[in-house]
Amino acid sequence: MSEYLYVGKSTPRTIETDKVTGRAVYISDLRRPGMLFGKILYSRYAHAKIKSIDTSKAEKLQGVRAVLTGRDIPEVRVGFLKDQTVLKKDVVRQFRDEVAAVAATSPEIAEEALGLIEVEYEELPAVFDPIEAMKEDAPLVHEIDARGRPVRSNILPLPWKFSAGDIEQGRKDSAYIAKDNVRTTWVNQCCMGTSGCVAEFDMNNNLTLYSQTNVPFLGKQRIVEYLRNIGLKGSRVRVVNPIVGGSFGTKLDTDIYEFIAVQLALRTRKPVKILFTREEEFRALPPRQPAIFEIEQGCDKEGKLTFRKVEAILDNGAYTSWGATTPSVMMMPISSLYRVPNVSFNATCVYTNNIYCQAMRGYGNPQATFAVETSMDSLAEEAGIDPAELRLINCNKPGELTPMRLKITTCPLDRCIKTVQEKINWKEKRGKRNGRGIGMASLIHVAGGARVYKSDGHGIMVKVDQNGNVDVLESGTDQGQGSPTVISQMVAEALGFRPEDVSITLGDTALCLWDAGTHASRHTFMAGNAAIRACDKAKKQILEMAVEHMPEIVEYKLKRKERKDPDFQMPDLDYSLISEPDKLDIKDRYIFPKNQPEHPYFRMEVSEVLTRGLHVGTGESKVVVGEAFYDPPTEMLDREMKGNYSCTYAFGTTAVEVEVDRETGEVKILNLFAAHDVGRAMNPTLVKGQIYGAAYMGVGYGLTEQLQLRNGRVMNPNFRDYKMLTAKDVVPVVPLVIEEPDADGPFGAKGIGEPGLVPTAPAIANAIYDAIGVRITDLPITAEKVLVALKKKAGEQS
Amino acid sequence: MKKVSVSFTLNGEPVTIEVPTTWNLLKVLRECFELNGAKEGCGVGECGCCTVIVDGDAVNSCIYPIPEIEGRSVLSVEGISGTDGGLHPLQKAFLENNAVQCGFCTSGMIMSAKALLDKNPEPTEDEIRTGISGNFCRCTGYVQIVEAIEMAAKNKEGNF
Repeated sequence: MSEYLYVGKSTPRTIETDKVTGRAVYISDLRRPGMLFGKILYSRYAHAKIKSIDTSKAEKLQGVRAVLTGRDIPEVRVGFLKDQTVLKKDVVRQFRDEVAAVAATSPEIAEEALGLIEVEYEELPAVFDPIEAMKEDAPLVHEIDARGRPVRSNILPLPWKFSAGDIEQGRKDSAYIAKDNVRTTWVNQCCMGTSGCVAEFDMNNNLTLYSQTNVPFLGKQRIVEYLRNIGLKGSRVRVVNPIVGGSFGTKLDTDIYEFIAVQLALRTRKPVKILFTREEEFRALPPRQPAIFEIEQGCDKEGKLTFRKVEAILDNGAYTSWGATTPSVMMMPISSLYRVPNVSFNATCVYTNNIYCQAMRGYGNPQATFAVETSMDSLAEEAGIDPAELRLINCNKPGELTPMRLKITTCPLDRCIKTVQEKINWKEKRGKRNGRGIGMASLIHVAGGARVYKSDGHGIMVKVDQNGNVDVLESGTDQGQGSPTVISQMVAEALGFRPEDVSITLGDTALCLWDAGTHASRHTFMAGNAAIRACDKAKKQILEMAVEHMPEIVEYKLKRKERKDPDFQMPDLDYSLISEPDKLDIKDRYIFPKNQPEHPYFRMEVSEVLTRGLHVGTGESKVVVGEAFYDPPTEMLDREMKGNYSCTYAFGTTAVEVEVDRETGEVKILNLFAAHDVGRAMNPTLVKGQIYGAAYMGVGYGLTEQLQLRNGRVMNPNFRDYKMLTAKDVVPVVPLVIEEPDADGPFGAKGIGEPGLVPTAPAIANAIYDAIGVRITDLPITAEKVLVALKKKAGEQS
Repeated sequence: MKKVSVSFTLNGEPVTIEVPTTWNLLKVLRECFELNGAKEGCGVGECGCCTVIVDGDAVNSCIYPIPEIEGRSVLSVEGISGTDGGLHPLQKAFLENNAVQCGFCTSGMIMSAKALLDKNPEPTEDEIRTGISGNFCRCTGYVQIVEAIEMAAKNKEGNF
């Protein structure tokens, strides 16, 4: 039996009842008094000079309150490398470039006004292939850098170079070597709730930004910096989350539309809402970073990995968001998935006139793991070793220090591999080449925070009122993962209350303490660790109050009993049982002496003590409030890109069985077993929800999803042509929750938000190879690609 | 702008509105009645976030022309809870089974499920999947949604 009352239980999401009754307020539902609606005019070219913009007709349209172009606002650079401005004044470099913006009394009028803006362009030569863009004579996407210095190349000044051991020695030690070329593509995050925000200034130039960001505090800082740079010194910014309709990476960067809303609100002195249409969501939101890999790895005669060498080229698009930093996560599976002594990884990010990219669930991990894990199967074939066996031979182990200096603590990877192997009946089914095949792939991911900023901290505040209700001011965000439920369980457990006592307020920079952001699968881990510490403080305060007031409460009750019942015998109570806070504990809302938990008089409901001890008079009144700021003992990557950036790591293995139709090229998934190391599941039903959802997204990544770009233009900006899986695309996902409580995790928990996606696509690719003997390493593996590969193979054979 | 006056039943109440002829049912629900449960996820009838029930059928309210609503009966997610404020069995099952993550698709999903169960109280898994095939969800992978609908079908008390 579990030692815990609430964590580990599948507490239902009743804390989120508003979501099933239509009452939850998303950004699309938020209205502020006098609110205007903003719309953005995008570029008509992938690369062009803006010769002129005429907004006069738009300005005259009834209901239009402001029309802004790059000429109307200060030319302040924003973004990770400060390589773009909010409205583009002279040059556009991609189709999604924001050229003008309108605020009007309705979205329809704003849209109509966009149609009245006349922009004259002079088209410039453009480049859409990152390899072409690296050539000396390629058209330059940027003429100057953020500091105004001339730029000579489209290659970004972000040298991602990682090296450990000696690749040449590794090559010499190899009996077998496999070399593969792998490609992954643009994928849209497809949040069901489209992007949007509301910006509102007060008359003192203080801004409230209702934003869907999952980094409220970093987002706030970007806006503060922007306001300062446009001359609004001293403006205060409050960022508030509405209910968020999905994120999957889209809310990690502050998008340009948010700065535009700020500008429109400043100009009109009215609250301004910008809400994307679905088409905008596809055309103007940064998708997952695509990558081109060349991967080579070797093993000795026994199958022990000898080296792994990876060269990557990343199509950055026209500007730089978090897509360009995905190599910091790519190097985790490249250096540390399985034990490999000699590793080299270089990534080159290249500007093109394509859409710029950003984060998506797993960051760079799905891309890199697709390369590593399809290559593992190539190597297994070279070496004549069963692919599962090759993985077990090189399996990560607890206590290991990887070439990247990641400190592996708990690591049940071998259990994950063996579990899916058994479930899918590996030995029986593998190697038939009869149109049915099986394959597997594993993953490593950060599961205990990710120190990408100096602080990886997370604050929390826990307040208890006289009724025993608990208000938690939680610094993270919820984009749908269910954090309010899980945090209510963890707070209840740590404080000795019940989950239904706990209310969670999150995503508000004015109320909550600082946090690095709800990214990197870190929320449960960070919030839990912070909650345990904050609850410890609050609990101490309650117990001190109990020591002070319990004797008088007990005596009062006894006297009342005596008054009502003349036969009542006053008991002889041992008050030393409750004489010190350490002698008491709280569980399930009851305070009791540790030595005698069922004591007939000293066992007491918390509100009895709280009512007596809280707001009782001058000099006597108290509050119960515990706050904590948890910053895990981890390191930022050093100059060599090494360092233990997470407190613990999650492992997992997915095994897939597919059936490939040789006539149509269609791939059907017959079985999908996803074994995931979660430390301890805080809420098994919610953990499974993360695995189901991520695995489905991974199947889409593997088989169907692709944002199609032709000369920089998104060709499929709708759900008809962008193939997200529906309920009719049955994928029989079986989540297998592997529990091995982690000493650093709150109640043993590790993060699980992203892992489910990561190994899915390579497991499918490996299963397809097992089914039909062709290896497709270019995502997504569409029916067309399967047919082409089959025809090519048949041609080679004849 | 040309306007049209239409009378219909909304969540059991007779209502009359006058709106531009170009408005769709979703816009009317949200703008005239502040019923924000139905959402616009795509605006062109592809994603199902705007699903409501009209005369027993699940429809995409974002492409439902308002003149067509005359005399019909519209049920939105706000109208399915009990009069005592208690949750509908589908709403309970969705919370119980983690069929809600970000929740943006949830109103539409519940209404499609309700239209299905009203016609077919004991659907097979395949029938459930067909019933919600026009409702996209990015978070759940549909599994726990299908399970929740099965759970609601088993736990139902009286008519849906």
